[in-house]
Amino acid sequence: MEWNELLIRYGEISLKGRNRNVFVKKLRKNIKEALSDLPTVALQAERDRMFLFADDKRDMEEAIIRLPHIFGIQSFSPVAKCEATLEAIKETALRVIGAGETAGKTFKVEIRRTDKSFPLVTGELQQEIAAHVLQNFPELIVQMKKPEVLLHVEIRSEGAYLTAKVHKGAAGMPVGSNGHSLLMLSGGIDSPVAGYLMMKRGVSIDAIHFASPPFTSELAKKKVMDLAEKLSSFGAAVRLHIIPFTEIQQTIVNQVPDNVSMTTTRRLMLQIADQVRAEIGALAIVTGESLGQVASQTLESLTAINAVTTTPILRPLIASDKLDIIEIAQKIGTYDISIQPYEDCCTIFSPSNPKTKPRLEKVIYYESFSDFAPMVEEAVKNRITVDLPLQKQDEFDDLL
Amino acid sequence: MIYFDNSATTAPDDSVLTSFIEVNKRFYANPASIHLAGKQAETLLEKSRAQILSILSAPDGNIIFTSGGTEANNLAVIGFARAFRSRGNHIITTEIEHPSVLFAMEYLETQGFDVDYLAVDEQGMISTEELKSKLRAETIVVSIMHVNNEIGTVQPLAECARLIKQYSRALFHSDTVQSFGKLPISLTGDGPDAITISAHKINGLKGSGLLAFRKGIPPQALNFGGGQEHGLRSGTVAVADAVALAKAMRISLLDEERQEFRQWRNRLVNFIKNYDDVVVLAPDKAAPHIVSIAFYKVKGEVAVNFFQEKGITVSTSSACSSKSGAAGHVIEAIRLAEKYKNGVIRISFGKNNSEQHVVEFEQVFAQFMELLGRGNG
Repeated sequence: MEWNELLIRYGEISLKGRNRNVFVKKLRKNIKEALSDLPTVALQAERDRMFLFADDKRDMEEAIIRLPHIFGIQSFSPVAKCEATLEAIKETALRVIGAGETAGKTFKVEIRRTDKSFPLVTGELQQEIAAHVLQNFPELIVQMKKPEVLLHVEIRSEGAYLTAKVHKGAAGMPVGSNGHSLLMLSGGIDSPVAGYLMMKRGVSIDAIHFASPPFTSELAKKKVMDLAEKLSSFGAAVRLHIIPFTEIQQTIVNQVPDNVSMTTTRRLMLQIADQVRAEIGALAIVTGESLGQVASQTLESLTAINAVTTTPILRPLIASDKLDIIEIAQKIGTYDISIQPYEDCCTIFSPSNPKTKPRLEKVIYYESFSDFAPMVEEAVKNRITVDLPLQKQDEFDDLL
Repeated sequence: MIYFDNSATTAPDDSVLTSFIEVNKRFYANPASIHLAGKQAETLLEKSRAQILSILSAPDGNIIFTSGGTEANNLAVIGFARAFRSRGNHIITTEIEHPSVLFAMEYLETQGFDVDYLAVDEQGMISTEELKSKLRAETIVVSIMHVNNEIGTVQPLAECARLIKQYSRALFHSDTVQSFGKLPISLTGDGPDAITISAHKINGLKGSGLLAFRKGIPPQALNFGGGQEHGLRSGTVAVADAVALAKAMRISLLDEERQEFRQWRNRLVNFIKNYDDVVVLAPDKAAPHIVSIAFYKVKGEVAVNFFQEKGITVSTSSACSSKSGAAGHVIEAIRLAEKYKNGVIRISFGKNNSEQHVVEFEQVFAQFMELLGRGNG
């Protein structure tokens, strides 16, 4: 089936009042960005819906594959255009219906006749087309209320437009319409999901990752880049800050008692993240913490870690079950990346029995023997930033 | 030398050979290893997979790399039958499938599966009416080849897919070894659920092929070991084969857009129709690159030898059955008249051919008919 255009419907944003234009503009920009490598794609945004055109069949197919990942789209439908003659509409109707499932589905034809000069009136047209479709797809069952297959025919002066299938969109808000945050991205299963959920609410993100070479490998770094890249496919670029963390980590291992070293590690990470956040002008920090999963995720522990800043720490997964988180991770395609086996800096020095109820005064007391402040400054200053998605310059391209 | 046996195999494309050698030199590490070199090989492997899935318009589909079309067909027929056995034990295929499907079906019959073989008409076409009547609730697998390797008949896959979806829950597999790169194929919409592709039929390398299938419907594995390819085909994955296959597939798409094969075929068919004692097998709408003809009371082998002598390589009906002597199962299935049965030859075009080759073939053909005392009728 060859489609001429895609009709894109807005979700939540169509409920907005006078700010709607801002949201629509943002969505348009995000869609453009996500499809920027498809040269023939063009967009036309209207008040309640948007149209996507592509001259190249493959660009159109690729757009149909990518749109479901872009937040702010409620649903979209591929549209076939034909001449506004009864014969052409009938023939196109069969192709449009045939492109989807029909067995045992309920069905209805809906006509919108913008061009009043068309010879048949709406009722006649509806009957003619429905009869023709049913003749060819006898397994369809006519039903007026909430049919599963709704063949919508719109007759305009320049032609007839037919749609039948509604693809579900990712819903949510266009990324970037709700401010900017810094995501602490570990390489595990949870943090990418946390980032995804915030993006769904329209928050654009930078990500921060702590690397401890040579204890952690290039591959671990690559894995986090892959995760950030995956997140960038939901409608907005992601900048990743990679923090050199080896020196701080070794200092902690040498200076702080084993059972609170993890709390200190987290506190330092959060301090660094907070400085980076301030530098990039983000308003909040997002983490993948979920209550009770590991020792650092008890309320006592969160309190001790959180004491280093007053910046809002957003924890979209705090009350989620692990299995639910895994389900989302699988759905958004981060799971298979997250489960790759490379050690990250949180696991290499992890103590055997960390305190689940660390006392803040004790932690502060142990930390007071080392001067972490310059190390924190240094780490922030020496961070490496990577913009994702990467501009692909691929050594493999000539081979394929 | 004019090579007109591209349905048996094709000459490897230079750029495919280059890729194969380069990958073996530079990315020979085991893609399952966790070190950097292994990771690189894995990335390259996955890029090949993604490129192939994109070519098939099925980015979320799956691919199992195999040793070729035969293994992929075996895996599809037996693997899917076993995977869906809980739903029923009825399988449908056609009388004119490649032996790698037919013998797998025969094996399944010994294992208690019930197999129906769709008949074909004189042009090698199945009847979709018959398919519809054979489909039932217990049908679990339908395997119908796209283009027949011996005579070039093209089966109506889209209509088959629609019927299969409508009247059963069966998985639809198609052997597209002869059609990929010649006719459009995808794993989306009205296409099959699983397809077989062989590298050496599209200017790739012998010994590699694949089974591609839609998301979430894996066949049961037929071999066991280290769990590679999601446990569906154990054994260290041949990265260079996969890359070379992905490249051959990409290049072959250019052929799909070329109209020359179709023009040559029409020209040749019209030319041959001038002769009374030769029949053209398969309908006019057959695959663009295969012309199968049958001589009246002349052995195909005699014609092959004559053309060979004149510098043109053609084959009898299929390379796989050409040495057995007896008429093949496809020739039997289309009920070709007895007096033509042993006189089948196949001319199949490839990218190294040109129109001049067709002209030369026609000249040699005329000489051959002259020699037989059967001038232009």
